[in-house]
Amino acid sequence: MAGFKAAIVGSGNIGSDLMVKILRDDTIEVGWMVGVEPDSEGLARARKYGVEASHEGVPWLLAQNEKPDVVFEATSARAHRENAPLYADAGIQAIDLTPAGVGPAVVPVVNLVDRLDAPNVNLTTCGGQATIPIVAAVSRVTEVPYAEIVSSISSRSAGPGTRANIDEFTKTTARAIERIGGAARGKAIIILNPAEPPLIMRNTVYCAVDDGVDRHTVKRSIEDMVTRVNEYVPGYRLKADPQFDDPSPAWNGYGRVAVFLEVEGNGDYLPPYAGNLDIMTAAAVRVGTELAAHKLETIVK
Amino acid sequence: MTPVDIRITDTTLRDGSHAVAHQFTRDQVRATVKALDTAGVPVIEVTHGDGLGGSSFNYGYSLVDELELIAAAVEESRQATIACLLIPGVGTVDDMRAAADAGAGIIRIATHCTEADISLQHFGLARKLGLGTVGFLMLAHSIPAEQLAEQASIMADAGAQCIYVVDSAGALLLDDARERVEALLTRIGDRAEVGYHGHNNLALGVANSVVAAQAGAKQIDGSTRALGAGAGNSPTEVLVAVFERMGIATGIDLEQILEAAEEVVCPMASRQPTMDRDAIMLGFTGAYSSFLLHAKRAGDRYGVPAHQILAEAGRRRYVGGQEDMLIDVAMDLVDRRKA
Repeated sequence: MAGFKAAIVGSGNIGSDLMVKILRDDTIEVGWMVGVEPDSEGLARARKYGVEASHEGVPWLLAQNEKPDVVFEATSARAHRENAPLYADAGIQAIDLTPAGVGPAVVPVVNLVDRLDAPNVNLTTCGGQATIPIVAAVSRVTEVPYAEIVSSISSRSAGPGTRANIDEFTKTTARAIERIGGAARGKAIIILNPAEPPLIMRNTVYCAVDDGVDRHTVKRSIEDMVTRVNEYVPGYRLKADPQFDDPSPAWNGYGRVAVFLEVEGNGDYLPPYAGNLDIMTAAAVRVGTELAAHKLETIVK
Repeated sequence: MTPVDIRITDTTLRDGSHAVAHQFTRDQVRATVKALDTAGVPVIEVTHGDGLGGSSFNYGYSLVDELELIAAAVEESRQATIACLLIPGVGTVDDMRAAADAGAGIIRIATHCTEADISLQHFGLARKLGLGTVGFLMLAHSIPAEQLAEQASIMADAGAQCIYVVDSAGALLLDDARERVEALLTRIGDRAEVGYHGHNNLALGVANSVVAAQAGAKQIDGSTRALGAGAGNSPTEVLVAVFERMGIATGIDLEQILEAAEEVVCPMASRQPTMDRDAIMLGFTGAYSSFLLHAKRAGDRYGVPAHQILAEAGRRRYVGGQEDMLIDVAMDLVDRRKA
C-alpha cells in the first residue's frame, strides 16, 4: 500500500531489526529513521537502504514537511514518556516497544482489533508476546483460574534496560497474562542463561484447568493459535505437544496444561537465538500492518 | 558475647524446603527455629526453596504461605535474625517488602553467577529498608575464579555486605573452592565479606567450607541434618563440631545444635537427602541441586531414569530456575529412545 509511512525512532539493535522487517513488508514504507548519535551505525545503515535518517531526534522528525502515519518507538521507557505527547499532538499513532506503557498493551492475535484507534499502543514484554496468545487460547475454551509462564532467554539478548529493572518484566507480564490472556491470576518468571552457543528463547506456559476439561478442544485451540502467531513470527513453534496433568494436591488442587514453546528469531538484523527480541519487532510490524489496513478501510468507507 | 570468627547461617528452613517439596508446617518451622535459636545460631533462613515468590507450578507449591512461616519464625526467635532468599526474575521487590514487614532482618539476593547486574534494584531497596544484605552467586563452579570475583564486585557495589560462593551443583573440588574464595577476597577487599554455601553431592560440603574458612571466608551456610537440595547441604551440626576442633568460634553450642539436629529436625524430615546416583550425577555434571526432585518426578511421568535427565540438564548448561526444562529433557529422551 502506498502512502502509509512509518518513522523508526531509535537506531540501535531493535530499530535496525525493525527496519529490515518493514523494508520487506509492502504495506508500510519506512520514511525516516531517527537517532541521537551522529556516528550511529544504525543511521548509516538506514541511509544505505535509502531511508532518510537523522541524529537530531524527534524534534527533527516533527519539523519535516511530511509527517509519518505511525512511529515505532525503539528507544527507552524514559525517552518514550517524553516523546509520546509530541506524537499525540502531531496526530501520529505510536507503536511503543519500550516498557513505558503509555498506551494500552497489545498482543496482535489477541486484542489488537479493539485497539486500532488508540493513539498509542504498547507491546508489553517479549515474554508476554510469546506466552499470552497461549493463555488466551486456553481461556477462550475453558476457565483459567491461574496461568504461569517461564521465559528463558540467552544472557546476551538481555540488554541493560532489562537488567536494570527485571521486576518490570515479571510484574508487567503477570498483569498482561490476566488482562489480555484472560487468566484470573497470572505469574511470570524470567531466567537468563549465559550458555554458549546462546540458547534460543524458550517459554513454558502452565495453565491451571478444571478436572473435566475437554483436552482435545484445549489442544486444538492452542495449535490454532500457534499457527496464527506463526504468520508473523516464523520461528514460533511448539517444542512438544501440550502436556496435560491430573489435578494434584501439590498444585493447590489444580490440574494443568503445560505448553513448551521455542521462539527462534528470523535473523533479520538480530541473531536467531534472540527470539525474545525478534518476537517484539515482528509483533510491532504486525501491529503496523494492521493499523495500515485499518486506515485504508476507514478511507474507503 | 564472645566474638565469632565465622557467622553460620542455617538454611534448613529454606534450602531444606527443597528436600521436603516445600511442605513445611508452621509447627515444624516454630520447633526448628526455637531449637536453632537456643543453640545460638545467629542467622536462620526461612523461605520457599526457590526464594520469595517461589511457590508455583514450576517449583512446587508451598504447603503454608512463606510469609506466615517467616512471621512465625520471627516470633519464635529470641536472638537469631531471620533471613529470606530472593531470586530476581522469580521474586520481586514487592516480595522483599512483604518479607521485611513480616520481620525478616536479612535478605539474601541470588543470581546465576554471571548475572549479578540483575540484582541492583533489589540491593538498592534492601539497603533502603535497612535489611542486612547477602549476595548469592549460584552455580559458582561454572565460571573461572576471576570472572566470579568480577561479578562479586558488582554485588558489593550494589550494596551486598557479604558475597557468597554458592556451589549450587555441589561440583566444586577443594582447590576450586579455595581459589574462588581467594579471588573474591582479593577483588572486593574490605568492601564486603565473603561466604561459602556448599552441597554434598560429591561429599565435599564440609571439607570445602573448611577450606573456605581457612582462605578467609567469614560466613558459612549449613543445614541441620543436611536438609537441602540434591544430597543436601553441609550439615550445620558437623560444621560446628569441626570448627570447634579447629578453634574457630561460631558462637553456637555444640551440644544444643546436636540436640536440634537429632531431636527436632531428624524426626520431622519426611525425606533425608542422600548421596545416591541422582545426587552424585548433579555434582559430577554440574547441574543445579534443586533439579533433583523435579527430575525424579519427570522421570516417573515419562519413564526415563532421573539420573539421565540430570546428566543431560548439566550437559545443556541449564541454570537455576529452569525446572521446566527437565520435562523438556525427559520428553527428548523418550523421543531419542523411540528413534
